[in-house]
Amino acid sequence: MEEVDVEPSTTLIPGAGFYQKHLGFEWGPGDLIVYETNYKLQGPRSAGSPSVHIVRRDEDICSPILRKLFSESHLIFVGLQKIKEDVFVSISKNYRSVIRACMEELQQNAGKRSHDTHPVSILLAIELIWNLCEVLFIDAAPAGSLLLQLLDWVRLHKSDVDAKAREVLQSDSPAQHQSYWDVISLVLQGRTDEARQVLSKQASLRAESSSVFKRMDGLLQTMPIFNPTGTQTLTEFEVKWRHWHEECDRCLQDNTFASNRHLETICKILVGDEDTLLEQKELLSTWYHFLVTRLLFTHPTIKPPDLHYYAQSSMNMFLGPRASPEPLDIILLSAFEFDLHQVIKDCSIALNNWWFVAHLTDLLDHCKLLQSHNLHFGSNLREFLVLEYASGLFTHHSLWQLAVDYFDHCPEFGRVYLELQIERVPLDTERKAIKVLRICEDRQMSEQVRSICKIMAKRALRNNRLGSALSWTIRAKDAAFATLISERFLQDYSNKGSFTDLDLLDNLGPAMLLSDSLTFLGKYREFHRLYGEKRFSEAARLLLSLMTAKIAPRSLWMTLLTDALPLLEQKEVKTDNSCFTVTQLPQ
Amino acid sequence: MFVAKSIAADHKDLIHDVSYDFHGRRMATCSSDQSVKVWDKGDDGEWHCTASWKTHSGSVWRVTWAHPEFGQVLASCSFDRTAAVWEEIVGESNDKQRGQSHWIKRTTLVDSRTSVTDVKFAPKHMGLMLTTCSADGVVRIYEAPDVMNLSQWSLQHEISCKLSCSCISWNPSSSRAHPPMIAVGSDDSNITYSGKVQIYEYNENTRKYAKAETLMTVTDPVHDITFAPNLGRSFHVLAIATKDVRIFKLIPMRRESANSSGPTKFEVQVMAQFDSHNSQVWRVSWNITSTLLASSGDDGCVRLWKANYMDNWKCTGILRGDGSPVNGSGHAAALSQIRSSLRESS
Repeated sequence: MEEVDVEPSTTLIPGAGFYQKHLGFEWGPGDLIVYETNYKLQGPRSAGSPSVHIVRRDEDICSPILRKLFSESHLIFVGLQKIKEDVFVSISKNYRSVIRACMEELQQNAGKRSHDTHPVSILLAIELIWNLCEVLFIDAAPAGSLLLQLLDWVRLHKSDVDAKAREVLQSDSPAQHQSYWDVISLVLQGRTDEARQVLSKQASLRAESSSVFKRMDGLLQTMPIFNPTGTQTLTEFEVKWRHWHEECDRCLQDNTFASNRHLETICKILVGDEDTLLEQKELLSTWYHFLVTRLLFTHPTIKPPDLHYYAQSSMNMFLGPRASPEPLDIILLSAFEFDLHQVIKDCSIALNNWWFVAHLTDLLDHCKLLQSHNLHFGSNLREFLVLEYASGLFTHHSLWQLAVDYFDHCPEFGRVYLELQIERVPLDTERKAIKVLRICEDRQMSEQVRSICKIMAKRALRNNRLGSALSWTIRAKDAAFATLISERFLQDYSNKGSFTDLDLLDNLGPAMLLSDSLTFLGKYREFHRLYGEKRFSEAARLLLSLMTAKIAPRSLWMTLLTDALPLLEQKEVKTDNSCFTVTQLPQ
Repeated sequence: MFVAKSIAADHKDLIHDVSYDFHGRRMATCSSDQSVKVWDKGDDGEWHCTASWKTHSGSVWRVTWAHPEFGQVLASCSFDRTAAVWEEIVGESNDKQRGQSHWIKRTTLVDSRTSVTDVKFAPKHMGLMLTTCSADGVVRIYEAPDVMNLSQWSLQHEISCKLSCSCISWNPSSSRAHPPMIAVGSDDSNITYSGKVQIYEYNENTRKYAKAETLMTVTDPVHDITFAPNLGRSFHVLAIATKDVRIFKLIPMRRESANSSGPTKFEVQVMAQFDSHNSQVWRVSWNITSTLLASSGDDGCVRLWKANYMDNWKCTGILRGDGSPVNGSGHAAALSQIRSSLRESS
């Protein structure tokens, strides 16, 4: 299949290009900075005050209501990855109901925010396409059911018919209502019972024409509808349908409805007269409604492989020679042609966000449809799209957490993408840093853990928060930095005469062993604590071991000796060992 | 497709470089007005200038951030033949309230005899190392052995490229399978030495950098060069801004003997080539996942290039100035878009 070459669109940056012709740029998190410059480094200096421009994709990610779509579909996605049974149709319906909920909420708010109307129409299109894909690919309805499901599809997306019909029926004199004959819409949608109900209003009024209405009522009542769960085979249905069709045709030949042009029109519709159907363009409003109606009254037992022929011709007939199809039309046509790859590709191009193609393709992959449609790079395609979608989420200040699960389910590149992007999450607060850390720790991303802890430690150190710096350093397992911070602590002690962050120092535990200086710091503090608790012999033993271990920094040797002096005066302390050690200490 | 928001940069002359910090919350700009400005993104999403100071006695060509593991550190390079390292000092509380921060110079690197055209920090796993390249054709690699004392830097390596250098790029891969590697681009119009991109690799045994590859097919002046982030691939991807945009694939070849001491040999392939700018290309840069490459050219456009899942590259967007002067206050949020119906010559 050929690549449809879509021309890239050009975006104009207001306020750039006036003084200087060149544009410089730099990638940011989810955006680009663009600025005027002159790479030739010669030529006119900049007369005005230059600006920089932050440019980002106009993405739906910014709408708070769409964010709900992202978080709820995330739950469905994660659930889908774990299931083993064939419940794909219901998962597809779940996704669609999430889309609908989002759409309704947007429509409710439509009055308040003008820039929400665009997403509404996008969501409508998305749901329309998804629904069709569900019918054709996931549910894979066979002949017979296929048409019924397509009818449902059309009815769902042209729901104003219900409202209109209700309005007519609830009015004082329905038969006099100006939209009365829009009952045709019901017929076009194959809703014969409801159509009969509306027509009965007319029948009760005019006695002379009641027989005509009764005749129409009869036709409508006897129209065969295939029952997929019933015992009737498709062939039997077809025979029955053909008889009924011939009966409708006979009515036309006999001019049964000649007295009422509306009923005559309805009869022509029942026999599937193309010209008559095309005359109902306004009521049908779309070529795919025309397609389904046409099939309903001419080929109700249409088989999936035959669909594309009727789709193409319906579109051509409906749109006429002058109108050209919209992107949505092309996508639907590709679906009717069972060209999955084209559907995905065209959706990727037409939509501003990867949400739709990523989730749909993932679902189709689970249904094993990508392989069966000769997409041997199928799972690569799925992963590619999911990675794109998740990467887009990552730039958002709260949605990035959802992205993590998506990366987890991309076996080839998910991990490395996550490693790259999680490092860049701004560590605004300790709480956020810990959240990021936990994600990395859960996945044994040790380098990212170390790096994040180091960044936090360094930041704490710059702001003179030694305790915080030390805990982060211990978490980073950074021995060199631990030494540095320990030395700072000791320096502080030398200057002030007391320790800070006692809680931390007293509870170092085995972390103390990270570096010699840290060990010394911990033990030295312990010495002071023992001394303070008057446990002199323990204190003395500890001090001794500190001196013998030679891990004390040089600057503190005098201090240690000074610390030893009062101990020597204590009666409980053994003096012989300490004298021996004191002489051993280098001068 | 895109929305743009402008910020008055308040430089008094041309801006030559803008650099985001690692987390995208801070930004540095440098200019021909010899100063560097640092901007911080507030919680409100707005950018505020928190520092502005004179850094050199000539145009400042590039500015770059060190990895936040090393603290808040910037490096700049200039026409005045020097490169400098700056560190932010945590100020008094009233400074913080006024939203100002202070940067002090830690060192000036004066080894170059000519304009210093690029300055880059090496990947963090190599320690705190700074690299410069100059019009005198020398690439210099400095190291700060004590990361707590940024005033001490030692010149570890001087690589003579024989051609005036315009740009450098480190291979970001920290995999042990790849020794440190740096690519150098030259905008020299000398035709004797035709390959304008050289790749140097660090040798553990000799403890020196040796030339591993010259891209002989790149014969025109090179203005920018950038390795793509490594996504666990065994090969390297390098984008080059020259008379067109070129993306190279460098595949390390297996060594014949386990003890071979020379630099890695590469098989060089062209992954893509785009001449849509139809003119000199000045800058190329990868986004963080290397799924998008942006390029800027003489045609005044920034183009975005993307590969689909089949590795076919295509231009997916174009940015261009609309040629209008900036509004005074500078916060014009505008969406303007035209569908270009001109078929770009390809």
